[in-house]
Amino acid sequence: MISQLSWKIGGQQGEGVESTDRIFSTALNRLGYYLYGYRHFSSRIKGGHTNNKIRISTHPIRAISDDLDILVAFDQESIDLNSHELRSGGVVVADAKFNPVLPEGVDAQLFAVPITKIAEELGTSLMKNMVASGASWALLGLPIEVFNKAVEEEFGRKGPAIVEKNVEAVKRGAEFVLEQAGGPLDAFKLDEADGKQKLFMIGNEAIGLGSVAAGCRLMSAYPITPASEIMEYLIKKLPKFGGTVVQTEDEIAAVTMAIGANYAGVRTMTASAGPGLSLMMEAIGLAGMTEQPLVIVNTQRGGPSTGLPTKQEQSDLNAMVYGTHGEIPKIVIAPASIEDCFYDMIEAFNLSEQYQVPVIVMTDLQLSLGKQSCEELDLSTVTINRGKLVRESELPELETHQLFKRYELTEDGVSPRVIPGDKHGLHHVTGVEHDETGRPSENAGNRLRMMDKRLNKLNGLQIRDAVRSDSPHDAADLLIIGMGSTGGTIDEARSRLAEEGVSSNHITIRQIHPFPTELVKAELNKAKKVIILENNATAQLAAQVKLYAGGADKIKSVLKYDGNPFLPSEVHQACKELN
Amino acid sequence: MATFKEFRNNVKPNWCPGCGDFSVQAAIQRAAANVGLEPEQLAVISGIGCSGRISGYINAYGLHGIHGRALPIAQGVKLANRELTVIASGGDGDGFAIGMGHTVHAIRRNLDITYIVMDNQIYGLTKGQTSPRSAEGFKTKSTPEGSIESTLSPLEIAMSAGATFIAQSFSSDLKQLTALIEAGLNHKGFSLINVFSPCVTFNKVNTYDWFKENIVNLNEFPDYDPSNRMAAMNKIMETNGMLTGLIYQNKERKSYENLIAGFQEQGLANQDIQLSQDQFEKLLAEFK
Ligand SMILES: Cc1ncc(C[n+]2csc(CCOP(=O)(O)OP(=O)(O)O)c2C)c(N)n1
Ligand code: SF4
Ligand SMILES: [Mg+2]
Repeated sequence: MISQLSWKIGGQQGEGVESTDRIFSTALNRLGYYLYGYRHFSSRIKGGHTNNKIRISTHPIRAISDDLDILVAFDQESIDLNSHELRSGGVVVADAKFNPVLPEGVDAQLFAVPITKIAEELGTSLMKNMVASGASWALLGLPIEVFNKAVEEEFGRKGPAIVEKNVEAVKRGAEFVLEQAGGPLDAFKLDEADGKQKLFMIGNEAIGLGSVAAGCRLMSAYPITPASEIMEYLIKKLPKFGGTVVQTEDEIAAVTMAIGANYAGVRTMTASAGPGLSLMMEAIGLAGMTEQPLVIVNTQRGGPSTGLPTKQEQSDLNAMVYGTHGEIPKIVIAPASIEDCFYDMIEAFNLSEQYQVPVIVMTDLQLSLGKQSCEELDLSTVTINRGKLVRESELPELETHQLFKRYELTEDGVSPRVIPGDKHGLHHVTGVEHDETGRPSENAGNRLRMMDKRLNKLNGLQIRDAVRSDSPHDAADLLIIGMGSTGGTIDEARSRLAEEGVSSNHITIRQIHPFPTELVKAELNKAKKVIILENNATAQLAAQVKLYAGGADKIKSVLKYDGNPFLPSEVHQACKELN
Repeated sequence: MATFKEFRNNVKPNWCPGCGDFSVQAAIQRAAANVGLEPEQLAVISGIGCSGRISGYINAYGLHGIHGRALPIAQGVKLANRELTVIASGGDGDGFAIGMGHTVHAIRRNLDITYIVMDNQIYGLTKGQTSPRSAEGFKTKSTPEGSIESTLSPLEIAMSAGATFIAQSFSSDLKQLTALIEAGLNHKGFSLINVFSPCVTFNKVNTYDWFKENIVNLNEFPDYDPSNRMAAMNKIMETNGMLTGLIYQNKERKSYENLIAGFQEQGLANQDIQLSQDQFEKLLAEFK
């Protein structure tokens, strides 16, 4: 019995790879397995090799695996491109249609199943996904009723005839492969899972869900990989809560519309990736200058320019922290788990109103698109905090020509806020330097007061788990620092290091800006050597750490910018080499 | 009920004496009062330029944003609170150069806002460069040999983009301008009001006198039917865009707010945002 395994489906884009994965993993989720998915895809819609990999485990896992146990191939290319990942003794289930062959030196068992033929016999080659996932399921020896239930749910609304056909496809795939293999494969028998169905979603869905829970009711956005799923989720949900999504003409419109809507009192977000964020920069400055709440999600992908639009990267950190001209207060948060994607959105909306600043939530492609098991999400821990938003009824009457002090100088730098429509709240808003009522002013003293007011608002800011720390050692051989989706991979590498007697601590920096200097310093002090791991070429996170927390003499960077997420073995190896 | 005086504040505009924008300011204040608004019910969202300063000179809610983006900001305000009356305003550079993309799409979207452009055929604030509205051959600081690009016709563009309300006016004709702004405010959808608003400092060609000589006033054509799209397009072309009055109005098309599925009459900003446990569980169920 094994506690985890890796399964991959490969084929041409548009050929059913996605749906095979979806049905297979939905059924596994029914049984209570923890799942962690990885999508390899190109920016073409039809054609071009694509594959989805899932890690299946009886315990929580948050990383893709180094190797592969089972490969399901719709074409020879999928075998040629992926069989090097197969562990020795692995399995390939391939469509007999293309006379599959294993490349030389690959030590794996090949089952040629007439996937297309069975599907066509049942009426349509579209059912290839059913045959393929049925065969995989059977090899693992998992209970077929559970699988059929998932099929029923997927196709139920299309009527019983369709369900029946698909169930038959599953059965035929299963029967064929079992006959070839002589029954389920013992080496792939998974321990039973806890039977508790988990939440199973991609980061972008968790972000969408978190936004709804946070009270976000409008979104303005322009489509882009890998952010579009947030918009697609919200357009389905927001109308149920009175809101809507506007697909704008570009990201400048998206962000400025969001600014307008926040100004008028509705929690509004936009989401994009690097190219869109680049377009938004001037407007982010407007939000900072006029102290409007604003939440922006940046799902990072490979840059620069169009770069690697469907690949993993974490290279927008500098742009998020330093982008926009002049100096504004701004918060940059990097969620590091699927649960963070949910809770951080609530935090982001709260922070944006409490401090009246733009908040950028920065994910990466793997976190945004990797489908994975998620712990139960708890609404009771969610509180909506609208900061110093004053209710109309609490506003004292204004005299003729008197304006509300929307930018009143206060102890904490945050001023009371009203929204258009409030009877005694009239004031002006401008991106020009202004006085307490929002009127333009070039007075030097006023300029200094207003700059200091804005820039000091975030002094001492510490968000929930600003630095998430797993630091069991007071004097560790190694401290590994990461951000975003890399945490699970780092932890797998750490357990291998521990087996070799290397003690390590691990911190994930979640509050990217303002930098949580003291928290990071304390961690640096507990380690002999420090490795900072990031998916970019110029060590942007390491630069922040060195700038604010020091430790340059003991920090080394491990960088990967080929478009793929880190593998546990790579992290392990790099740590060994650098230690 | 508020009179136009309530829409005045005590800020002295920093426009040059004689600038056309003064009349636009006055016309907005009058129109707002005439349609029965209170200052707090109006939000004026403006762009950057001499003209963009206008939001600071009207006693109402106002946001002076960034160059070319008055329209998306204004649309955000309207979506957030449809109970407000929203005016967007700015210059010809703001709306027809840097912000042209937004103008076309705001027209297509047809939210119920009124967009007033102060068209002086030049960049005033940056001290006299060519604008998309400048005539061919027009000499400016950036076109010392005369402009070699064709002049943009916002009216024709608005027509082809599906505008439901198109009007044009002239700063000197405060009565017509006020009436058109009122009509725009009353129109249920996006209204474009382009106003010839002379820049007395940097445009020595398109002067008050020049406009008086060249403008055709639709008020002088009692048979003109602004609901006829074809006639409107003809009139624009016939006059080379030098006409004033209500050029086109489509009262049939519903505004964007009224087409959004499930969008309520009450402004979103005034609605409750707390999710119930029950609603939350329904959302979660999809992910199991
Ligand atoms: C992004 C950006 N680019 C350039 C400018 C400089 N700028 C300010 S106003 C303006 C043009 C003003 O012309 P117009 O919109 O016609 O307004 P007017 O001053 O004529 O009323 C320019 C180019 C700016 N503020 N922002
Ligand atoms: S420069 Fe021209 S547009 Fe600007 S205020 Fe003076 S007259 Fe008006
Ligand atoms: Mg101009």
